[in-house]
Amino acid sequence: MNTGATVPPAVSSRRLVATLGLTALISGVLIVSAYEITQPRIEENKRLALEQAVYQVLPAATTRHSFVVTPAGLIPTDSPTPDGPAVHAGYDPAGRLVGIAAEASARGYQDIIRLLYAYSPECECITAISVLRNNDTPGIGDKITKDPEFRANFKALAARLNPERTALAHAIVTVKHGKKTEAWQIDAISGATISSRAVGKALNDSAQLLVPKVQAQLVVLEQKPREGK
Amino acid sequence: MTMPTGQQPPLTLDTFLQGIWRDNPVLVLMLGMCPTMAVTNSVQNSLAMGLATTFVLIGSNALVSLLRKLVPGAVRIATYIVIIAAFTTVVDYAIQGVSLALYNALGAFISLIVVNCIILGRAEAYASKRPVLHTVVNAAGMGIGFTLGLVMLGSVREILGSGSFLGVALFGADFQPWVIMVLPPGGFFVLGAWLLLFSWLRRRKPKSSALSVAVRSHGL
Repeated sequence: MNTGATVPPAVSSRRLVATLGLTALISGVLIVSAYEITQPRIEENKRLALEQAVYQVLPAATTRHSFVVTPAGLIPTDSPTPDGPAVHAGYDPAGRLVGIAAEASARGYQDIIRLLYAYSPECECITAISVLRNNDTPGIGDKITKDPEFRANFKALAARLNPERTALAHAIVTVKHGKKTEAWQIDAISGATISSRAVGKALNDSAQLLVPKVQAQLVVLEQKPREGK
Repeated sequence: MTMPTGQQPPLTLDTFLQGIWRDNPVLVLMLGMCPTMAVTNSVQNSLAMGLATTFVLIGSNALVSLLRKLVPGAVRIATYIVIIAAFTTVVDYAIQGVSLALYNALGAFISLIVVNCIILGRAEAYASKRPVLHTVVNAAGMGIGFTLGLVMLGSVREILGSGSFLGVALFGADFQPWVIMVLPPGGFFVLGAWLLLFSWLRRRKPKSSALSVAVRSHGL
């Protein structure tokens, strides 16, 4: 690599500022045009990815509708939600509520693990999860996406409310591989304890917050919005 | 940097091939080792990373070459970084637009193209002194060389570590993948093996590469 053996002649600082300004201007124009061109595609991709994940965790659903959870209650929405966490209600062809999908996240081994889980108000349990984003060690931590034994934890993971209906009666916890005794426990993957625990923590954090609200507002969710797609 | 631009070497095939064989960024220059190790756990990731880097390399070096007579030496590195960062951001948006799954798989390494030493190295050593056409041809060669290097690593690691190629399973369900190959140590093993093979190839046929030796002796 050239190290510039000759000493560059002194340049006025006005020229330095002008050069940097011009470069920044060109770069800015480039970035803004790229943003403008790709943004619709990115939004569409995100929507499709979410749609796919919702139908994956709620296989019985044929239509869905999203709601924002606000202190005032659940508000139907079509757009991404700046005001609060979103829940996605899935309906079968007859228009009956089959379950609710919501996003949860927690810190894994490498990075934040994001997942979507399905909650069934009927059995008061978590019925499926789908990992949206996971950068944990390939071959070890990424087993949370595929490992059939681990996935079996989420066929009916209890998320019952306490008598006051303010939080879960039993926090969802991840226990060591083979030590699961209760319906609200998650049997960890041997060797991938950190990733398994992150899944448990994500589910617990999200369910503690959302389940009481969802149960309190079940009437709103059960009525499928007319224009719901 | 304002350099004397009187005599330019002519545009030859070597301008293009330099990055693919003689000065391959991965196998010879050993530049850009961070993405080389990190994202080559599958062919798809390697390919995407290589192409993204190639785009940034060509775009930013072309712009650096265009502005080469305007940019004073004192702020050249800052200017290069701003230009490279702009193209990296463009690539970042483009990959999100193409596939979110790919974007998630590549993670932070797309943004880290900004500090990829191949790009800054080319900007400083080549683009800042050469006309745009030379720069684009040379950058394309370097980018292809980098992509090839990544895909070579990625293929071996994916075949051994996941038993698949481009996501298509190659062996039956009984195949127990060699997981260490997709983990960081596997990256070092495979890179070491490729380097060994190529240095052996170079030593073995000194006559046929006499041309490249001659070129190298009065190279950069």
